[in-house]
Amino acid sequence: MPYSGLAEVVKNQKVGPEHFLMEVFSPELVREAKPGQFAHVRCTNQMDPLLRRPISLHEINHKKGSVSLLYQVVGRGTRLLSGMQAGGEIDIMGPLGNGFNIPEGARKVLIVGGGIGAAPLFPLIIELEERHIEQTVLLGARTTDDIIGYGHLAALGIRTEVATDDGSMGYKGFVTELAEKHVKDPAGPDYFFACGPNPMLRELIKLTRVSGLQGQVSLEEYMGCGVGACLACVCKTTAGGVNDPEDKNEFEYKKVCTEGPVFDAGEVILDD
Amino acid sequence: MTDMGVNPAGKGFNLAVNLGGLKMKNPVTTASGTFGFGPEYAPYIDLNRLGAITVKGTTLEPRRGNPTPRIAETPAGMLNCIGLQNPGVSHFIEKDLPYLREYDVPVIVNIAGSSLEEYEKLAGRLSQAAGVSALEVNISCPNVKQGGMVFGTSCAMASDVIKAVRRSTGLPVIAKLSPNVTDIVEIAKGVADAGADAIALINTLLGMKIDIQSRKPVLGNIMGGLSGPAIRPVAVRMVWQAARAVKLPILGMGGIMTADDALEFILAGATAVAIGTANFVNPGATMDILEGIGQYMKKYHVRDINDLVGAAWK
Ligand SMILES: Cc1cc2nc3c(=O)[nH]c(=O)nc-3n(C[C@H](O)[C@H](O)[C@H](O)COP(=O)(O)OP(=O)(O)OC[C@H]3O[C@@H](n4cnc5c(N)ncnc54)[C@H](O)[C@@H]3O)c2cc1C
Ligand SMILES: Cc1cc2nc3c(=O)[nH]c(=O)nc-3n(C[C@H](O)[C@H](O)[C@H](O)COP(=O)(O)O)c2cc1C
Ligand code: FES
Repeated sequence: MPYSGLAEVVKNQKVGPEHFLMEVFSPELVREAKPGQFAHVRCTNQMDPLLRRPISLHEINHKKGSVSLLYQVVGRGTRLLSGMQAGGEIDIMGPLGNGFNIPEGARKVLIVGGGIGAAPLFPLIIELEERHIEQTVLLGARTTDDIIGYGHLAALGIRTEVATDDGSMGYKGFVTELAEKHVKDPAGPDYFFACGPNPMLRELIKLTRVSGLQGQVSLEEYMGCGVGACLACVCKTTAGGVNDPEDKNEFEYKKVCTEGPVFDAGEVILDD
Repeated sequence: MTDMGVNPAGKGFNLAVNLGGLKMKNPVTTASGTFGFGPEYAPYIDLNRLGAITVKGTTLEPRRGNPTPRIAETPAGMLNCIGLQNPGVSHFIEKDLPYLREYDVPVIVNIAGSSLEEYEKLAGRLSQAAGVSALEVNISCPNVKQGGMVFGTSCAMASDVIKAVRRSTGLPVIAKLSPNVTDIVEIAKGVADAGADAIALINTLLGMKIDIQSRKPVLGNIMGGLSGPAIRPVAVRMVWQAARAVKLPILGMGGIMTADDALEFILAGATAVAIGTANFVNPGATMDILEGIGQYMKKYHVRDINDLVGAAWK
């Protein structure tokens, strides 16, 4: 059962120009936490800003009974989060959502993360590592400062390739261009996991559909409740069956907060 | 009182209320559309402790709802344009109602239609189904093109909807009113004359938000309904006006976040209160509010919650 209540902020450090890493001590939350799940946090105990913010679990530390959230300051809520002090308390709900599911037969996995979207992929990468499943990680971002966890992956000895829009690190261009090479390689991956901005996911889904590579993507949508009650966070899927792929009206909504945020790449419909 | 755990004020204090024939063990229910069909919040609270559960708006046929974004945060509030997404009344009766029947809590089913005939059919179907305790008639949803608010903003139409529902059900009929009107008293009187047993108010206030970067409306449906603390003063005022104008009991809602807020509605004339947006902020909000009402009663030696209803008029 998800936890909901106060938890201690163990640390809240600046780890990039706009990136912060917050460790939260909550044995109740950690107990059932899985890679790909998220926490729904309050940024203030006042009535404004009112709503919780969904943030992925970036680290799940069962031994310490803590989770870490890696977040980018993009607005009022995340700015308030960045001001929280170690030793203070945060109002947190979680773990929420379904999480990634490593399929039985996966032997060689491709991981694609775009910008801050790479955050939820790290617990998955660690689990794949522990299960001795071969993996290649592709990270993309606008510029070097926005590439997250590169050092961490290098320390773990995980094969990692980087793409930046400005060419300041790794390949100059989109991470999907790096992905294309792997996806098309006959000796390439047999499964993929991805999280990042919608244009990246859209391109990746297109590529992998052509080559028949299966995988899972983690989506973002504006949320209210985070528990499946308000129907704010829907995304289009092919769950109802599609007879005519040209028919824009053939889709079924699913809830990102409970039926996601991780979806089968084959079922999501991402509009332009 | 069957269970001590249900009465936060303890022995000798009465929290039970009667909302137009619907008996509630305490005055706290959920606001339609903010609590799903119940199971969503079962991990967080004991549903049995609620005075009633009000479920998501139900229509005759399944509805897919509006495109995203469906929600936007605003100062101390939020806009939504869900668009009444729901699986339809048959699905509700077959799949959701059996779950709710497992609980010892009355179920208020919120209904919405795009024609009088639809309201009538819905009311008929739900009256046959075991486990429905009352109907809350949404004549006020700002998020659907036909029907919805047009029924709630015209007095004659609001009365027609309530008459249609009244004809087809023996269940308590709660008319849920739109605040997007010039004169709430006129509508309240209209639905009272048409045979409603209680009045629920307020639904959301029509609003919108524009993104100055993209220079476009934020919501997928352009406009949406405002809820949360931002609307509370408007809601309290409308409860006050409606409660004084008609004899019917009132189910008050609109921005209730705490027990203090709930008490404000009760003092303004609400017999019961519904908790909406607060659930998103605090999944235990209903229980905290119930607890707080009990404490207030103890502190001020209020033996019966009904003694507080409309107490601010005196
Ligand atoms: C399942 C999920 C996991 C996420 N994981 C992370 C993560 O690990 N790290 C991280 O930095 N960000 C993550 N995000 C995005 C994060 O929720 C937003 O950046 C954050 O809500 C912005 O809040 P704000 O007040 O700073 O921004 P504002 O733009 O001021 O927020 C205004 C409103 O819009 C909502 N909103 C804005 N951007 C987003 C968005 N991209 N997704 C959903 N709601 C949004 C806010 O929640 C708020 O209600 C995740 C989103 C989802 C849905
Ligand atoms: C996400 C959301 C969905 C809603 N859906 C419905 C609905 O289906 N039917 C209805 O009558 N009211 C609906 N409402 C209105 C609420 O029941 C309530 O009247 C309103 O939100 C004011 O209360 P609050 O400020 O406590 O949320 C919805 C409100 C929200 C926020
Ligand atoms: S956020 Fe409420 S249903 Fe997903």
